[in-house]
Amino acid sequence: MDIAVETKALRRVYRSRRQEVVALDGIDLQVRRGERFGVLGPNGAGKTTLIKILVTLLLPSSGEAFVDGLDVIRQFREVRHRIAMVSGGENVGFGMLKVREQLWMFSQFYGMPSAQVRRHIAELLERLGLSEAADRRVSALSSGMRQKMNLIRGLITNPRILFLDEPTVALDVGAARDVRDEVRRWMAEDPSRTVILTTHYMMEADELCDRVAIVNRGRIVAQGTPAELKQQVQQDAIVDLQLSPGNRLLDALRAVDGVAAASVSEQDGIDRFSLHLSSDAALSGVMRVVEGSGRQIRGVQKREPTLEDAFVKLVGRGMAEEEQA
Amino acid sequence: MNHPSAIRIFFKTIVARAYPRFVGSHRNLTWLVTETLLPLIGTIAMIYVYRALHAPARYLGFVVLGGVLLAFWQNVIWSMATQFFWDRGGGNLELFAMAPTSLAAILLGMALGGVYMSLTRSAAVLLVASTLFGIGYSTASLLPALGIFVLTVCALYCLGMVLASLFLFYQREAWQLADALQEPIYFLSGFYFPVRSLGAVVGGLGSLIPLTLGLDAIRQLVLPGTPQFVPLAWEVVAIVVQIVAYGVLSQVSLRYLELQSRQDARLILRST
Ligand SMILES: Nc1ncnc2c1ncn2[C@@H]1O[C@H](COP(=O)(O)OP(=O)(O)OP(=O)(O)O)[C@@H](O)[C@H]1O
Ligand SMILES: [Mg+2]
Repeated sequence: MDIAVETKALRRVYRSRRQEVVALDGIDLQVRRGERFGVLGPNGAGKTTLIKILVTLLLPSSGEAFVDGLDVIRQFREVRHRIAMVSGGENVGFGMLKVREQLWMFSQFYGMPSAQVRRHIAELLERLGLSEAADRRVSALSSGMRQKMNLIRGLITNPRILFLDEPTVALDVGAARDVRDEVRRWMAEDPSRTVILTTHYMMEADELCDRVAIVNRGRIVAQGTPAELKQQVQQDAIVDLQLSPGNRLLDALRAVDGVAAASVSEQDGIDRFSLHLSSDAALSGVMRVVEGSGRQIRGVQKREPTLEDAFVKLVGRGMAEEEQA
Repeated sequence: MNHPSAIRIFFKTIVARAYPRFVGSHRNLTWLVTETLLPLIGTIAMIYVYRALHAPARYLGFVVLGGVLLAFWQNVIWSMATQFFWDRGGGNLELFAMAPTSLAAILLGMALGGVYMSLTRSAAVLLVASTLFGIGYSTASLLPALGIFVLTVCALYCLGMVLASLFLFYQREAWQLADALQEPIYFLSGFYFPVRSLGAVVGGLGSLIPLTLGLDAIRQLVLPGTPQFVPLAWEVVAIVVQIVAYGVLSQVSLRYLELQSRQDARLILRST
C-alpha cells in the first residue's frame, strides 16, 4: 500500500503562561496515495493543528508525521516542495496586486517557470469562472472569488499532496460546488495526487471524500469510508422531531431509556431534534418528555442514517456548537 | 523528485517579493507625500536649527547626508525588519514559511522592493535641500563615496535580516523595542552631526550600526573638513566586516528562530 501521509502517536500541546491546551492527543493516521481524505470534527477538535503540523508550520510536541514518505520534523525543506495548503476564509497576499499577479508571485516562491505558470493561471481562472477578475485588484474580490483564487494558488505549484482547511467555509452553494468540482477534477488528472481536507460540512465529506476520520478533542474517534461510518448507525432508528421553541430539552431527551444519542439544530424558528433510538419502543418515552415540556409537535419522521448521524453517535453531540434548545 | 534548484528559487523569490512593493509604489502615490515631502521637511527643519545656531556651512551638509541615509535606515527597520509582524497577522507569513524558499530571500525581496522608494526619497532630500541652501560638496571623491554608500546599504540590509529574525520570534516585544530605540539610534549613528563629537566609547558603540561608519566615511569624502572619527580606510574595512558578520549571523538566527517559532506556534495565525 502506497502511503501519502502517516502520523504516529502525534501529540501537540499549546502552552501559554496561563494554561495548557492539548490540541492533538495521539493521532494515528494513514492516508493512501490518490485518496481524498476528510478530517471531520467540531470546533477546537484539532483539525487545523493537524494540518499545520503536516505542512511544516508547527512542530509536534511528540510523535511522528510523514508526508510523501518524508519526516516533517527533520526533512521539512524537502516536504515543502511537495505540498500546498489553502485555508478557507484566508485573506492573504497584497490587496493592490491584480489577481494574476498575486498568483504569479506565490508561484515564484516555488521557483516555477514564469511563462508556464502564466498559462496555467489563465487556464485555472477560466475554469473557475474567474477570467473576468484576472486583472482586478485582489482587494476588490468578493469572498467567494477570493477563496477560488486561493484554491488556484494551491494548485499552480503542482503539489503532490494538497491540504485544504475548510475550503468552502462561508461560500454560497454555487461557489462551494465549483470548489469541490475543481478538487475532484484536479485529483482525476493524476491518480498519484492526494487531498486532505478538513470540513464542518457532513455533506461535503460524504460527497467528496473517499475516507473520513472523525476527530474529537484531539483524538480520532472513528475512521472509514462515509458508507462504513453510516453503517455504524444502521441498526439505530433515526427519528427527526420538529418542535416549537421552548425551554432546553436536549438533556431530558438524552436521558430517556433507549435514546442512544441526540442532537438539535434550529431552522426557521423550529427546533429540529435528531434522535438515535436503539429500539422503536423508546419513542413512547420521548413523546412523554415532549408532552411534559409543553412544546408543540410540528413533525415526526423516521429516516435513513446520514454521516451526520454517525458523527452525533460517535461524538455525543452535533456539529453545530450551540445546543441551547 | 525533481524540483527547481535552491539558487533559482532564491532569486525568483527576491524578484517576486519585491514586485508588490514596486507595483504598489506606482498604484498608490500617497507615498510621494509621506515618504518624500515629510522627510524633506524634517531635514529642512534641522537645517534651520543649525543656521539659527550659526553653525559652519559644513554642518548643513552633514544634515543633508544624514537625511539621505536615514531613508535607507527607515526602510530597513519599518519595511523589512518589522515586516514579519504584519505578515503574520495577515496570514502571509504562513505561506512564506511553508514554501520551499528561504525567509532570507523574502527579506531581500522586501529590501529590493523598497530601494526604489528610498532612492527617490534620498534623491529628493539631497537635491532639494542642497539647492535650497546652496550646500556645496567636493566632487573629487564622488566615486569612492558612492562605493561606500553601496557597501553601507548592503551592511544595513544584512543587519535588517538579523533584526527581522528577532521580530519573527519576539513579535510584540520586538516591536516596542524598535519603537523605543528609534531616537537613541538617530543619536548614536550621528545622523545630524559628526560621530566624532560623541567620543570614542559612544561612537564605537554606535559603529555597530553600519550607518554610523558609512555616514562618517561619506562625509569625510564629500565634505572636506569633517572631523575625523577613525581613518577612512578602517571605516571601509569595518563596513565590509559588518556585511560578512551580519550576513552570517542573520542566516544562523533566521534558521534557529524559525525552528523555535515552529515549536512555539509563532508562525501560524491562531484560528480558534
Ligand atoms: N496558537 C494556538 N495557541 C494556543 N492554543 C491554540 C492555538 N491554536 C489552537 N489552539 C487550541 O487548540 C485546540 C485545537 O484547535 P484547532 O484550531 O486545531 O481546532 P480546529 O479543529 O481546527 O477547530 P475549528 O473547527 O474551530 O477550526 C483548541 O482548543 C484551540 O483553542
Ligand atoms: Mg480549524
